[in-house]
Amino acid sequence: MSDIAERVKKIVVEHLGVEAAQVKEDAKFIDDLGADSLDTVELVMAFEEEFAIEIPDDAAEKIQTVGDAIGFITSNAKS
Amino acid sequence: MFDLNGKTALVTGASGGIGGAIARALHRQGATVTLSGTRAEALEQLKASLGERTHVVAAQMDDAADIDRLAKEAEAAMGKLDILVNNAGITRDNISMRMKDEEWEKVLQVNLTGTFRLTRAVMRGMMKRRFGRVVSITSVVGVTGNAGQANYAAAKAGLIGMSKSLAQELASRGITVNCVAPGFIATPMTDGLTDEQKKGILARVPADRLGTPDEIAAGVVYLASEEAAYVTGQTLHINGGMAMI
Repeated sequence: MSDIAERVKKIVVEHLGVEAAQVKEDAKFIDDLGADSLDTVELVMAFEEEFAIEIPDDAAEKIQTVGDAIGFITSNAKS
Repeated sequence: MFDLNGKTALVTGASGGIGGAIARALHRQGATVTLSGTRAEALEQLKASLGERTHVVAAQMDDAADIDRLAKEAEAAMGKLDILVNNAGITRDNISMRMKDEEWEKVLQVNLTGTFRLTRAVMRGMMKRRFGRVVSITSVVGVTGNAGQANYAAAKAGLIGMSKSLAQELASRGITVNCVAPGFIATPMTDGLTDEQKKGILARVPADRLGTPDEIAAGVVYLASEEAAYVTGQTLHINGGMAMI
């Protein structure tokens, strides 16, 4: 669980070029972390790769915060 | 200049006159090419004449599942996809009063919807690698209109609007999206015209001759090159001066 959270946060830090301290679970990718809509698509792609899962478009649309991403991956990841 | 060594390209409609010339030109510049189209035999012949660095994946552009398969197989065959040339297109000419819904829909389906689907399917890899070139072959009639081609002109105009939108979405990721708009080009399709028809066409072309497929291919090579990185959302008209836009 915490392992997933750490990996998600690491991807967000690397991808959006933000400070780790900013990447709180309630941080919104677009409003708080400066992502544009294409960044959110790329984040989802990076999560899919890191966790070897598929995130369908309708689920991806609901992933708006760091916590949303951790929640989805925790309940869908195989490893 | 315009070196494409190490680059990979997918050309749809490669069994046609213009598509074949585009595939040959990209290959000559060093690119690995995947030839797509509906006529597998013609594609295999072109592959044989090009030799190494050539793959064939036949596909139907009016079939969504087939388009997804094409994108996957082309990427699998070449390892990645850098350059997409959307050249596949059909005509079902008729004056609008007589045009059937099927004629309208079929042309929009293949020329516009199919092109969008294929482009969407290859974007992910291009975004990841921060490099991509999408070149769609539109037509002078997409800008000027043409009696008897309401469906074709609408689809070709649609490609221009679509490309401008995609260009804005993808520019920050190193992906350019452009169009090449041929005028009247000498292909097996125009060989069927009578001398009188040709004369009528040439009266509207200041260069006083039909264009060649190679002259279209040269424009595609340019837009596909590293050198054209700052050109996006544009339409390059290659028409002997027939329309100056």
